[in-house]
Amino acid sequence: MSAIQPPAQRIWWKQPLDKVELVWIVIAFAWCLVMFFMMPYWHVFGKQNLSSETYRARPEMFARAAEEMVAKWKVREETEAKIPVVAPPAGADVYLIARLWDWWPILELEEGKTYRLNLMSMDYQHGFSLQPENINVQVLPGYQHVVTVTPNRAGTYGIVCNEFCGAGHHKMVSKLYVVKK
Amino acid sequence: MAGTELFRTDPRTGLQYHKSAELLIKANAVAAVVALLVGGIIALLITLTRWQAVHLLNADNFYLLLTAHGLDMLVIWVIFFEIAILYFCSSTLLRSRLATPRLAWLAFALMVIGTVTFNAAIFTGNATVMMTSYVPLPGHPAFYLGLILFAVGALIGCFIFLGTLVVARAEKTYEGSIPLVTFGALTACIIAIFTIASGAIILIPTFLWSAGYVKSIDPLMYRTIWWAFGHSSQQINVSAHVAVWYAIAAIVFAAKPMSERVSRTAFVLYILFLQLASAHHLLADPGLSTEWKVFNTSYAMYLAVLASMIHGLTVPGSIEVAQRAKGLTKGLFEWIRKAPWGNPTFSGMFISLLVFGFLGGISGVMMGTEQLNMIIHNTTYVPGHFHATVVGGTTLAFMALTYFLIPSLFNREVIMPGLAKWQPYLFGIGMGVFSLALMGAGTLGVPRRHWDITFAGASLPYEYPGTAYLMLAIMGVSGVVAIVGGAAYILITVGSLLWGKRLAAGAYGRETTVLRMPVDTALTGHGTGGFVAPGTFVFAMVFLTAFILYYFVNWKYLSTVWGLS
Ligand code: HEM
Ligand SMILES: [Cu+2]
Ligand SMILES: [Cu+2]
Repeated sequence: MSAIQPPAQRIWWKQPLDKVELVWIVIAFAWCLVMFFMMPYWHVFGKQNLSSETYRARPEMFARAAEEMVAKWKVREETEAKIPVVAPPAGADVYLIARLWDWWPILELEEGKTYRLNLMSMDYQHGFSLQPENINVQVLPGYQHVVTVTPNRAGTYGIVCNEFCGAGHHKMVSKLYVVKK
Repeated sequence: MAGTELFRTDPRTGLQYHKSAELLIKANAVAAVVALLVGGIIALLITLTRWQAVHLLNADNFYLLLTAHGLDMLVIWVIFFEIAILYFCSSTLLRSRLATPRLAWLAFALMVIGTVTFNAAIFTGNATVMMTSYVPLPGHPAFYLGLILFAVGALIGCFIFLGTLVVARAEKTYEGSIPLVTFGALTACIIAIFTIASGAIILIPTFLWSAGYVKSIDPLMYRTIWWAFGHSSQQINVSAHVAVWYAIAAIVFAAKPMSERVSRTAFVLYILFLQLASAHHLLADPGLSTEWKVFNTSYAMYLAVLASMIHGLTVPGSIEVAQRAKGLTKGLFEWIRKAPWGNPTFSGMFISLLVFGFLGGISGVMMGTEQLNMIIHNTTYVPGHFHATVVGGTTLAFMALTYFLIPSLFNREVIMPGLAKWQPYLFGIGMGVFSLALMGAGTLGVPRRHWDITFAGASLPYEYPGTAYLMLAIMGVSGVVAIVGGAAYILITVGSLLWGKRLAAGAYGRETTVLRMPVDTALTGHGTGGFVAPGTFVFAMVFLTAFILYYFVNWKYLSTVWGLS
């Protein structure tokens, strides 16, 4: 009878349901379907979909690609540590190294242009968190993730690490510039 | 019936306790409360650290204690209590002897030893790796070993539950089918077995890796299998606390499930689909295809979400039906207005339902949407969400059940009834606001597991808006309120066991009675003609409206961020 006693009928699966239950199940199921179709819909019509383009890579290789990029398109240096600021042309492969405990180098992108942003960690797992946009992507060692980005507003952005990566986790923060030309 | 085992019949509830089972239920429940105490003290320290204006601990201690808090709460408190529930739902509810009590003590010992082992690794500073211990972040081998021992113990507990079901059936201690609450516990147990197996598959190689026997563990594989454990174990909690909701509705209102068929089918949906929903922890990861992500989060998750939406209707619905039968039929809401809001067993259960559904459920579905996940992944939105589910939902439901167990199982009167009356409100509302504040901070980009969002000493700091600090302050204040509520719970529970007035326990004897099938109902539910719970239906529609609005607000926000493809 009550939920802590056996059901009144052994064949409980034949018990009829009340209209209120039936109506709710139909409504709830319809809503679940809507939520399901939103995802494929956004893949076709939406402009914000996380890419799944990924390559296995060794840290040395990724670091070399980043250094070559810096050598080609460095525009200036910032801070006492002389972190290079790189302004790659639109459409280019842009490399951002995540490592204990910084992001390297600093990127300067152009508003409205599209870039292939390559993310990879050299050591532990990190979290790429672009602020204040609040775009967040997991960064793993050994997996080179190519995210195609199109910045839509000029400004100075922050890149925060939002995956715990050891004692200096909260110091792992950098900048990203988006400029209008 | 007379056997060789000792039983007693609780004079207040008529429940029949097997002596060996009773001791085990008590031991597991007490171990759970000890873990809650430890985790709760730590909760205070880390809350006062994340409240940026107070910033209590230093960085190393913060990360160390955060690791301990996550595990001692989410794993130790919750699973010890669940083992107690499993034994209660099998042995006590079915009036059966517990299968192999000795093995159950072995399981208990393994769980205790495991807990002590990994805590030793954490508190000596050798395993500050967070509960997820994502490789290749290194932890001491004792950390993984402790978790493995605990898991083996819990696994044995699950098999003892199944064994008890078999014994009860063979010895015909009950008529008909098992009660709905036991069915829910069975769901939890089946999911637990899958979960613990996944945990073992990933933690054993990780243990070997930390001890130097395995060269490396692939981080993506680790995350995939770890979350098959980490997420599915949350499904154990959901099944367990939904079973507790039904149990409390039955205990407080003698409520009859609206339709056994609907409620049981909804439990089966948990088994079928919640497992795969672990994919929603990997939505922001590289290396997994979009199709895989969409498939696993949608088909798998939404049918499980459907199940929770069904329970969300049928639990209060069954209460409404029971209340209306008692004559509380005025308008849509007399049944709920005149509910026993001063009884912490009821109020705890009902607040648990509300916090779980409105805050935990809606935020969980939002986060679990493939594209939307990107705008909250690893922000404080995530702990905001799961404090609503596993703290406001599961933990509060277990607390509510405790107020029933103290007299019935421990034969003590609950002390400080005035405080007990307020406890669920302090804890539930505190947690509700705490969760909302963390979610709010998360939508402003505040990272989770982060010691200092002012980035003092960093060469290129980022400046969060003032509202982010405000959110963290609200989190701090409401967190402290919730902790006061949690402390009240521990004080009342421990105090009642030590000093509560002893109640008549019923003598132990070898006579037992069979759990009869109720005979007074024919093969009908409440009938298909009526609309038996109109008030609950209105609540459900309010819930759905909030859900839809919130869901699309997030899509709207997503559409304004950088283009990504
Ligand atoms: C009044 C009670 C509680 C308060 C005030 C509280 C507070 C907190 C805070 C401030 C964090 C840190 C969030 C961050 O920086 O990322 C946290 C993390 C966490 N809490 Fe609680 N908590 C409470 C109870 C619980 C309970 C009962 C559970 C489990 C059943 C729990 C499970 C967790 C988990 C799993 C984490 C995440 C740890 C990690 O990120 O590895 N908490 N809690
Ligand atoms: Cu990092
Ligand atoms: Cu980090």
